[in-house]
Amino acid sequence: MTYSEKVMEHFSNPRNVGEIKNPDGLGEAGNPQCGDIMKIYLKVRDDAGGSAVIEDVKFKTFGCASAIASSSMATEMIKGKTVDEAWELTNTAVAEALDGLPPIKMHCSVLAEEAIHRALSDYREKRGLAAVPIREHDHEHEAV
Amino acid sequence: MQNVYLDHAATTPMDPEVLEAMTPYFTEVFGNPSSIYSFAAKSRAAIEKARGQVAAALNALPEEIFFTSSGTEADNWALKGTFEKLSAKGGHIITTKIEHHAVLHTGEYLEKTGGAGVTYLPVDAEGRIRMEDLKGAVTDKTVLVSVMFANNEIGTIQPVGEIGRFCRERGVLFHTDAVQAAAQLDIDVKELFIDMMSLSAHKMYGPKGTGAFYLRKGLKLENFVHGGGQEKGKRASTENVAGIVGMGAAVEKMKARLSQEKPRLSTLRDRLINGVLKAIPHAKLNGAMGEERLPNNTNFSFIGIEGETLLLDLDAKGISASTGSACTSGSLEPSHVLMAIGLTHEQAHGSLRLSLGRSTTDEQINYVLDMLPPIVAKRREMSPVWEKFLEA
Ligand code: FES
Repeated sequence: MTYSEKVMEHFSNPRNVGEIKNPDGLGEAGNPQCGDIMKIYLKVRDDAGGSAVIEDVKFKTFGCASAIASSSMATEMIKGKTVDEAWELTNTAVAEALDGLPPIKMHCSVLAEEAIHRALSDYREKRGLAAVPIREHDHEHEAV
Repeated sequence: MQNVYLDHAATTPMDPEVLEAMTPYFTEVFGNPSSIYSFAAKSRAAIEKARGQVAAALNALPEEIFFTSSGTEADNWALKGTFEKLSAKGGHIITTKIEHHAVLHTGEYLEKTGGAGVTYLPVDAEGRIRMEDLKGAVTDKTVLVSVMFANNEIGTIQPVGEIGRFCRERGVLFHTDAVQAAAQLDIDVKELFIDMMSLSAHKMYGPKGTGAFYLRKGLKLENFVHGGGQEKGKRASTENVAGIVGMGAAVEKMKARLSQEKPRLSTLRDRLINGVLKAIPHAKLNGAMGEERLPNNTNFSFIGIEGETLLLDLDAKGISASTGSACTSGSLEPSHVLMAIGLTHEQAHGSLRLSLGRSTTDEQINYVLDMLPPIVAKRREMSPVWEKFLEA
């Protein structure tokens, strides 16, 4: 199993590592199978026009290189986007942006998608917005 | 960049002298050992010399040594050969939860296909079996006890002599997988009451693809590979002459160096262990200390870290190591050995094995002690598990 250069680059120098104090959205996702955990913190700017923008995003991840690179890439992909745009981010898009992940490591990117969805749901809840159902992933090796 | 190879438990580089001993048997001395002409006798003689070298190192007789393709094959032979021969007497095998997969999966196979009953003994927190557990597990149906000499992951050495004596007294055969131990320790099969033993050449600076099986004189197992008359017909197939020659040479050299290499490695090992435990907060040593640990093995757990990230970060610094993390296992299960000694999933996740060898120097240990702590700190910094651990 080898990782793409992109994965190794994001793994070695992950972007957006850390926490945000009093985040507007906080999401945590875990993989029951291998025991990995990812936490996403969001800072959202609510514009008058109604488009809420993700001003800042940070993550903390316990997991393999694929999990860390996925966290890093996913946070880059949603930074500066509206919350609605961020909601559309899929784990396959994250994996593609990383020039692919080994099949057995695809589930690590699912963690990123789920943690972001949870953070966005938390944000909606805090703002009193209606909940949007979170896409369920099958935690078996879906891509294997 | 430094190149620090600390995965000698996985494999070792070939000793150039061993290679030199092997080379003629690929090219000039290529005769099939089974052929009649005098030219082929050279190949035969080379095999018998190697058999003598391996036997001498173990205080065995040459006729008690059979060459195989690997330690795994020898393990398979021990379990399947014993079971097939003795299943009529009762098909019960006793082994441990921390064996190499070569034994565990063979045991599972015999349970599934042959109706064997297999008991997997637990181990204590340092990875040792308890004699009471073994004594309690033996029944009239028990035909074989298979306990590894020393564990490949955590380096803990089992009370092999005690197990051997007990089995001999009970009339039960005793096999030990000595693939790791034979490269590091003096082993006397007679003194330790060993009936069968598995060895591998590539763990002791010999070639990959060659192993040996010690079978005590007078014991009869089912033949393992059916075909021609090689290895007394027990393990047929044209001999891997060069590999066998390499194994003989490697064993002999290893044995000659042991009295120097063992204390040298033990000292380096302890310096690495103490250095890591001192420099890294909440680092845990897995396995036993001192004489009950292989001289070249270290194994740590760093809570809050995942092992694959550790390996890749170390690799970026030129250090080759190994882990029992679930994320690297292919099956996404953490190491069965680390789970058997009672680690949590998270501790197993953050495990790191550094196994030393001939090339390991004082400077290399210093280098690792410089590189490792900041890597652990950096990854803990971004770990929610570490955060939780600190809160608790
Ligand atoms: S986080 Fe465990 S395999 Fe990726």
